[in-house]
Amino acid sequence: MLLYEFFRLLWWAVLGVLLIGIAVMDGFDMGAAMLMPFIGKTDTERRVVINTVGPVWEGNQVWLILGGGAIFAAWPPLYAVAFSGFYLAMLLLLASLILRPVGFKFRSKLQGTRWRATWDTALFVGGLVPALVFGVAFGNVLQGVPFRFDYTLRLTYEGSLLGLFNPFALLCGLVSVAMIVAHGASYLACKTEAPLRQRAQRVGAIAAIAAAVLFAIGGIWAAQIDGYSIAGTIATDGPSNPLLKSVTRSAGSLLANYRAQPWTMIAPLLGIAAALGTAAMMRWRPHRAGLTFVVSGLAIAGIIATAGVSLFPFLLPSSLDPQSSLTVWDASSSLTTLEIMSAVTALFLPIILAYTGWVYRVLRGPVTVAQIERESHTAY
Amino acid sequence: MDVVTLSRLQFGLTAMYHFLFVPLTLGLSVLLAVMESVYVTTGRTIWRDMVKFWGVLFGINIAMGVATGITMEFQFGTNWAYYSHYVGDIFGAPLAIEGLMAFFLEATFVGLFFFGWDRLTKVQHLAVTALMALGTNLSALWILIANGWMQYPVGARFNIATMRMEVTDFMAVLFNPVAQDKFVHTVSAGYVTGSMFVLSISAYYLLRGRNRALALRSLTVAASFGLASALSVVVLGDESGYTASQNQKMKIAAIEAMWEPQAAPASFTLIGFPDDQAHITRDAIKIPWVLGLISTRSLNGKVASIEELVADAKTRIASGIVAYGAMEEMRAHKDDPALMQRFDQHVQDLGYALLLKRYTPNVTDATPQQIEAAAWDTVPSVLPLFWSFRVMVGLGFFFIALFATMFYLASKRQLERHRWILTVCLWSLPLPWVAAELGWYVAEAGRQPWTIDGVLPTFLSASSVSAGDVWVSLGVFVLFYSALAIVDLYLMLRTIRRGPEDYLPDAAHRPVAAE
Repeated sequence: MLLYEFFRLLWWAVLGVLLIGIAVMDGFDMGAAMLMPFIGKTDTERRVVINTVGPVWEGNQVWLILGGGAIFAAWPPLYAVAFSGFYLAMLLLLASLILRPVGFKFRSKLQGTRWRATWDTALFVGGLVPALVFGVAFGNVLQGVPFRFDYTLRLTYEGSLLGLFNPFALLCGLVSVAMIVAHGASYLACKTEAPLRQRAQRVGAIAAIAAAVLFAIGGIWAAQIDGYSIAGTIATDGPSNPLLKSVTRSAGSLLANYRAQPWTMIAPLLGIAAALGTAAMMRWRPHRAGLTFVVSGLAIAGIIATAGVSLFPFLLPSSLDPQSSLTVWDASSSLTTLEIMSAVTALFLPIILAYTGWVYRVLRGPVTVAQIERESHTAY
Repeated sequence: MDVVTLSRLQFGLTAMYHFLFVPLTLGLSVLLAVMESVYVTTGRTIWRDMVKFWGVLFGINIAMGVATGITMEFQFGTNWAYYSHYVGDIFGAPLAIEGLMAFFLEATFVGLFFFGWDRLTKVQHLAVTALMALGTNLSALWILIANGWMQYPVGARFNIATMRMEVTDFMAVLFNPVAQDKFVHTVSAGYVTGSMFVLSISAYYLLRGRNRALALRSLTVAASFGLASALSVVVLGDESGYTASQNQKMKIAAIEAMWEPQAAPASFTLIGFPDDQAHITRDAIKIPWVLGLISTRSLNGKVASIEELVADAKTRIASGIVAYGAMEEMRAHKDDPALMQRFDQHVQDLGYALLLKRYTPNVTDATPQQIEAAAWDTVPSVLPLFWSFRVMVGLGFFFIALFATMFYLASKRQLERHRWILTVCLWSLPLPWVAAELGWYVAEAGRQPWTIDGVLPTFLSASSVSAGDVWVSLGVFVLFYSALAIVDLYLMLRTIRRGPEDYLPDAAHRPVAAE
């Protein structure tokens, strides 16, 4: 296999791993934040929920930061188009993300009910909006986005904020919210005790079923909408210039990869099976909370992988000028940069996973109401 | 206002706002590690209480730093899309490595710093604090490698097939002399900020006659650490200036308002009023020889003047036009070896030709007047640079004097003897922030009109978004950040006023969990 082709494929896989990492790690604290106002009936119960994620949300958020940085480093045109094209949606995402750090830290510093209720809303928004915007963004990427390049690769984008919230994209947004809520519930089931635990599992089971059903509807819908395919050949180790290929658009091509390579059906099947499995375990095996958390993580992995496989080799198709579409073969960094980034990632990712694992081990065990009451001054 | 101006305003405001929190995080994280080391080695619980109390303030600050930091990473893509495409191959890597090497370390351990007190042994907790401080400082290294490359873009080359800069020598990017100096200078400035924060608040307690045990020890630590850092910030700032005089001649000439050529060694303009239109400095007080001595470190080294550098720019624009013309012709005649050769010979000046895009989109048909105007565009606004730099340097020397005085008093155990000095300490609290913001102003405004020095003009770097959208985002940031600033200041002041007792009920005996 060609070297450049190999590293491009590798970084396509890394992109997938990072997106799944964001959804699994950052996702559970966003899900917990969304559930907090509903399953926490008293201030102390809400603080229990907040303190289950209190020591770890910051590390989780780095998955998101790293995701942005890795796209910048490995797929610069994707970073440029996605961030500037979705300008106002990104602003919405950013504003809601800014609420989280301050929300966690500031909420319990003062006693006032209104103060705390305001920050509870902020934390809820900080969980809901990113989950929704990510899903909606995926929905738009699947359908293609209205941008074009001129020959100097300066980009023009001709969409609007409201245009992003089209029916298919909204469905994807709901899939995302449902799966994040289910995942947050599975985390809370690990880290809390009755009655919070039961409440989380009750909501979580419903959310997991909703995620599976909406995801299946999305699959049927995707067969009807236009997808993209490369016409003729493309040099998989050619220069990263999107304008060197031609692209056709046709209904059903989003499912072409599954017809060509049936084994890739693993991804959507895993998504549905694991989501249903999450619901089933919450209902019938409520004490296997740790295992349920793993299963709901697998559901997320299956769902995100499905989007990736459906698009491949596209990263971001252009509905305005299909030739400008970004693909794995013409939107990457140079081979040198991909090699350097691969070496650094191979060195540091195992170290990161090791110390993250150690931190979670130190913090193991549930957060209890008694503990929050005892540490009222110092806990979040 | 156009999109470029609005985007610059937004980036400038959000960056300066973010940098209100960064230096304190840098400095306090190290001070916390120092204080906790004393606790672990001596076993005296007062030192643990100090770590916990300053840790509360650290926590409020770091939440703001994290919240406003996300904005910075997003903005390269949202507002500077052409920049992201043009240099992402080089600039993206340090940002991603920052995440892998630094942010994960800092963010993973900061949670345990607060929540790990009764779950870890003393030594384990100290290790957590130290790793958190290490992560914080490493993140400064990587972001300054990225920023250093914008100031002095080494190890990269324009690739005509992909229409962007691509890395040719990553080691050169990594060991960029500008980045190295900037890193040490910036981190030292952070230590000064952290030290001043602890020094001022401790002085406040001493003036009030309360929390003496905590305040005296904190003050001693802050004075010694602050003195070392203030010396480092000035010495390394000078090193940074020396490096700039080799690599960023225009920035130095503008900072020194050196309009016309001078015989070596050049004189230093202590104060004066540079006039950006007339290209002269009014009411200048000059000290002979000094500029030549500090910026070339020799008696016969020449400091380039603005006029000479503008003449250089004109030559480079002419050369860049050749490269640009060859590039245009290659659209029709792909891979023509003669054109390719012409392009390769002049590609290093391509960025200078892009300066003409403001006057003529075709570049190659530029008139001599347009070339003259583009060459003068390479001069940043001299007046604000001149004064920002002088105020920053003046503050640097003041910090050395203040920390030295406090260090002397601490070693004589006479910290409480002169109330007026404690009052000076208290009111000096905002000064390191003033110095740091001015420093960034000098670094970044001094780089104009480029985003990447000599490679990509700022006005070409922006996204193709509408001015309306940027107005909306700018408005949201102003409102949002102002509200957060009020909350942050309120919580900080409240925590300081109430003092350590709030967080350490019967401190000496009970092990207090979490934060």
